[in-house]
Amino acid sequence: MAALTQKRRGFTSAQWRDLRTGLFFISPWLLGFFLWTFYPLFSSLYYSFHRYDLLRPAVWVGLKNYVEIFTKDPTFWQVAYNTVYFVGFGIPLGVIGAFLMATLLNTEIKGRSVFRTIFFFPAIVPAIVTAMVWQYLLNVQYGAINAFLQGAGLPVIPFIANPGLAKPSLILIHMWAQGNAMVIFLATLQDVPRSLYEAATVDGANAWHKFRNITIPMCTPVILFNLVIGFIYGFQNFTLPWLLTGGGPNNATEFYSLFLYRNAFIFFRMGKASALAWILFIVIVLFTILLFRSSRRWVYYGGE
Amino acid sequence: MAIRASAPTQLGNAGQERAVSRQNTLAHWGIQFVKYLVLIFLSVSFILPFFWMVTSAVKNDAQVFTIPPVWIPIPAHWENYWNAWNTYNFNGYLFNTVFLYAIPLTIGVTIASAFVAYGFARVRWPGRDLFFFACVATMMIPYQVTMVPLFITFKNLGWINSYLPLVIPGFFGSPYFIFMLRQFYMTLPQELSDAARIDGASELGIFGRIILPLVKPALIVVALFTFMNAWNEYLQPLIYINQEALYPVSLGINNLRQTMAQIGSQKLAYPYLMSVSTLVTLPIVIAFFFTQRTFIEGISLTGLKG
Repeated sequence: MAALTQKRRGFTSAQWRDLRTGLFFISPWLLGFFLWTFYPLFSSLYYSFHRYDLLRPAVWVGLKNYVEIFTKDPTFWQVAYNTVYFVGFGIPLGVIGAFLMATLLNTEIKGRSVFRTIFFFPAIVPAIVTAMVWQYLLNVQYGAINAFLQGAGLPVIPFIANPGLAKPSLILIHMWAQGNAMVIFLATLQDVPRSLYEAATVDGANAWHKFRNITIPMCTPVILFNLVIGFIYGFQNFTLPWLLTGGGPNNATEFYSLFLYRNAFIFFRMGKASALAWILFIVIVLFTILLFRSSRRWVYYGGE
Repeated sequence: MAIRASAPTQLGNAGQERAVSRQNTLAHWGIQFVKYLVLIFLSVSFILPFFWMVTSAVKNDAQVFTIPPVWIPIPAHWENYWNAWNTYNFNGYLFNTVFLYAIPLTIGVTIASAFVAYGFARVRWPGRDLFFFACVATMMIPYQVTMVPLFITFKNLGWINSYLPLVIPGFFGSPYFIFMLRQFYMTLPQELSDAARIDGASELGIFGRIILPLVKPALIVVALFTFMNAWNEYLQPLIYINQEALYPVSLGINNLRQTMAQIGSQKLAYPYLMSVSTLVTLPIVIAFFFTQRTFIEGISLTGLKG
């Protein structure tokens, strides 16, 4: 009976002490979580029901911001389409590209670390520099690539000046800067036990079988990791489109984060921007849950 | 092949084997050739934009607009670097980036993250996994979601046009680096802490005197990444820093970019922009080459237990 009450009351004194120690160590993060995540999250919910321009006091408007976004603002749907396009094509393509590059580097080649450094490099360059360089390269009138095409007597390609090509161009630049994902893949590939491949060779498997049935399954946890990181990045991709295309031409690269920034800090519509932020938040939560749900079917966690 | 060797006709078999292996070598070299071809093609397309940046930086306007373009300008106008840097107050921007932003942020993030990660990795306490899950989950929240209310808060605090909104949150730890350092801490044997506990060391003492010195390489990775993130950051300064005198380098480059709007009328717009871009990339390149191993290991580690 005594033991039972003790159990019901909860922890032993040692556990209490550990709890205190643990909370003591994580207290900076915990405090930061309330200050920089929890409070802003819910205060943006509050603002999303208000009209607020930073100058006059906030005025309650109910669901008006949401109604406006969904029914009266055609840009929103364009922006949603752009974002889904980038996240849906660009991010998986980036992960696939990084995976293939890592696979290539993991084969029997000389100078692996040199190639790795070269492939990794674009990932550490400041986004503003990437934007400046590619703007210079891709420009229709005076861009280097088109100058070469002209020099060779070929027609010019209006990469970022054409609404149809702007998004694919940005995806190409995104794929070019996949160094982080590639390095993570390479480390994972080098960790796949050799014995698995040797056993498969004895069983008469060819290179494709081994890739399909050993390499890919062993990498699925990391594929999931890179996809998650990629999607988060995809939803908040701001600097490159903002500097390279400014959302144009014709709103073709107006992604969600640009639209949100514009509403908040150019139009000073804090209420609408907050509503946009909450819509984004809900979409990301649903998306992440879906991704992890689906991952149970395709991610292999029996590696050890 | 080993199984085939037991076949009755030893001689014919050997010949067959030789033929197969010759075929294999041929196929092998073919594959190697294609591989290097792909690798070299990729390498060139990865390097070319930077090569173009560096060589365009030392061109004059005539060399910029030549068709077909010139790869290496002769003569090279090295003075562009100096002149471009002085079109605006880039020395001031550099000072702001390093001393007002990157260094304070790096100190805050590294210390706080090391501290918090210890609580998630080296102390067993009820509810730990739940809190850790919450910490990792916050990584999924895009900056844009909390951007507006944070701006309102910092505006009310009077922190606009200062680096406080960019630096202070770092002193509460960064979930990404907490996660990364936790992975490092987990690799250290538990016996280390247990032995110290038996000797009567306090948890803070174990953290400071035993564990921290052992994860120094990881702390360097965190510091390096944080510094680089600050160096590269664009959106946050764009929101909070409106006074030109307080600009970080990234906003300074954008200042220079405005001149590109008047391309043709503004002399040397492209070369200057490329000069400054090169100069801003240079410290990153140097830092990367000196710390390459640590760097790559740090990135690899975040993914391994993903």
